[in-house]
Amino acid sequence: MADSTQATPAQFPLPDEEDPSRRDVIMIAAGGFAAVGLGLGLWPLLDQMNPDASALSMATTEVDLAPVEEGQAITVMWRGKPIFIRHRTKKEIDEAKSVALDDLIDPIARNANLPESAPATDENRAGKDRENWLVMIGICTHLGCIPKGQSVGDPKGDYDGWFCPCHGSQYDSAGRVRVGPAPQNMAIPPYDFTSDTKVKVG
Amino acid sequence: MANPSTYEPSTGIEKWFDERLPIPRLMHDQFLVFPTPRNLNYWWTFGGILTFMLVSQIATGVVLAMNYVATPDHAFDSVEHIMRDVNWGWLLRYTHAVGASLFFLAAYVHSLRGLYYGSYKAPREVLWILGVLILLLMIATAFMGYSLVWGQMSFWAVTVITNLFSSLDAVVPGIGTRLVQWIWGGFAVGGPTLTRLYSLHYFFPFVIAGVVVLHIWALHIPGNNNPTGIDVKSPREAIPFHPYYTIKDGFALALFALFFAGFVFYAPNLLSHPDNYIPANPLQTPAHIVPEWYFLPFYAILRAIPSKLFGVAGLIGSIAILFFVPWLDTSRVRSTRYRPIYKWFFWAFVATCFVLGYLGSQPPDGVYLVLGRIFTAYYFLFFLLVMPVVGWIEKPKGLPGSITESVLGPGEAPTASPKRAPQRRAPEPVA
Repeated sequence: MADSTQATPAQFPLPDEEDPSRRDVIMIAAGGFAAVGLGLGLWPLLDQMNPDASALSMATTEVDLAPVEEGQAITVMWRGKPIFIRHRTKKEIDEAKSVALDDLIDPIARNANLPESAPATDENRAGKDRENWLVMIGICTHLGCIPKGQSVGDPKGDYDGWFCPCHGSQYDSAGRVRVGPAPQNMAIPPYDFTSDTKVKVG
Repeated sequence: MANPSTYEPSTGIEKWFDERLPIPRLMHDQFLVFPTPRNLNYWWTFGGILTFMLVSQIATGVVLAMNYVATPDHAFDSVEHIMRDVNWGWLLRYTHAVGASLFFLAAYVHSLRGLYYGSYKAPREVLWILGVLILLLMIATAFMGYSLVWGQMSFWAVTVITNLFSSLDAVVPGIGTRLVQWIWGGFAVGGPTLTRLYSLHYFFPFVIAGVVVLHIWALHIPGNNNPTGIDVKSPREAIPFHPYYTIKDGFALALFALFFAGFVFYAPNLLSHPDNYIPANPLQTPAHIVPEWYFLPFYAILRAIPSKLFGVAGLIGSIAILFFVPWLDTSRVRSTRYRPIYKWFFWAFVATCFVLGYLGSQPPDGVYLVLGRIFTAYYFLFFLLVMPVVGWIEKPKGLPGSITESVLGPGEAPTASPKRAPQRRAPEPVA
């Protein structure tokens, strides 16, 4: 400051780099405000790409399970995603229960109805008090393909569950990943049995 | 730019423009008389071919957009409508679809030419980096364009590729999922995804055109490299771009156009996948998802690495590593012609790209997976180990004294014209 006021009229008053002058403060403040303004202006352009109100509102799907016999499976849509609902056989349940947690690639239940740290036991994967039902999002956790295993003739992998045709991941009869490259068990969506034969997903 | 202007406005209107917006001067200096090494071979014609392909893609794309409907319910049908009902629609769509393939073919030839002749070395690093940037933009544009057909392959390609970003969940839990939902505009690939891909597919080609202008600008500062990799040392070693290279580029372009037309008229679907003629079905993944041929080597790299996060890192790294090539190659000699050891590694790299392309089209198990890992390893080792180490230990062959000498043999002054058959002698060793 002092330097620039004492400069002779012939000299251009240069701001001192060591000691921020008033001009520096104005420059930094103006630049800072411009950056904030740019950021605020940019935000709507970016945020408009997030799921919109109509996508968020497609929140629940109710499904009638009465026609699904033991050994059968159905696929319903929830939020644009396929939901696998399998009526498991005794053999499938016993197989899933006999697996030690240490043998699993992903030891976390990935069940939206339970705490995040819940272990991936069959009990934590299957329906609460309804272990013959398995409700999960039928999307491979590798790159989002729909695994095979819902229809009668489908390949089910070596663990009586699901087999992803894209990159060969295999899931067991509790939807837990047993052969990679998928890193996680298939996710369990939030759901609730509203009666013995009705389930509400979402 | 690099060469002093020789433009003399000859008419009144040219003089009027020259004092206001000197576009005629720019065209004269940078296009007509631009000094170009006299020994460029046909591998140098792909720059012109690529410019033609970009213009062709934009022209056909703009008119296709007049007939295309970007909604999940109508996208697939509108493409068939273009094929069957729109006047010349079949020609426009096949030219655009086949054009994408041949655009990549030309871009890969152009890139490998730059890699072989060391066109990325000083003072052309920025030129090379802009080229890699164009390649990246082309990859993004082609991917988005392929999705617009909204067939089974389109839909599942979008699903698989956008899901790559969910691998970031392994770095910061939740961030990958948020990012993927932001890209989708929902909780799965759907209508909002299609419209944004369409919007960006229309936008990106103009970004490419802008970077191409920078690419040509960066070319015209140092001027062209040439097959010897030796700098132009006298004005007699350069010839004006027009008519010499307009003719040569034009001839090569005509041959390329014949090849292009052969695909469009006789095998328009040869390079694509029949599954994409099945409308998109979000509930059924095709048994075997494969990308278009030009992405197969990268797809093979993705699948060779048995970890989701590192697979994605390998995929991105396989292209990003090209940005660093000017500094990875430690050799002082530009052209691979004079590099007896590196030459073998270079052709092994080209072969690796072909093998990875084949492996990318095969199911990822058994021997294909093992081979995929071996060749992925070589792909990266070529850049990270071969380029620095071979450049360091290799003794290059003797370089000719000048471009003229490489063409006419030694003892010819650059001013003389050849009066007899060129002689040969052992080139001088590099100091």
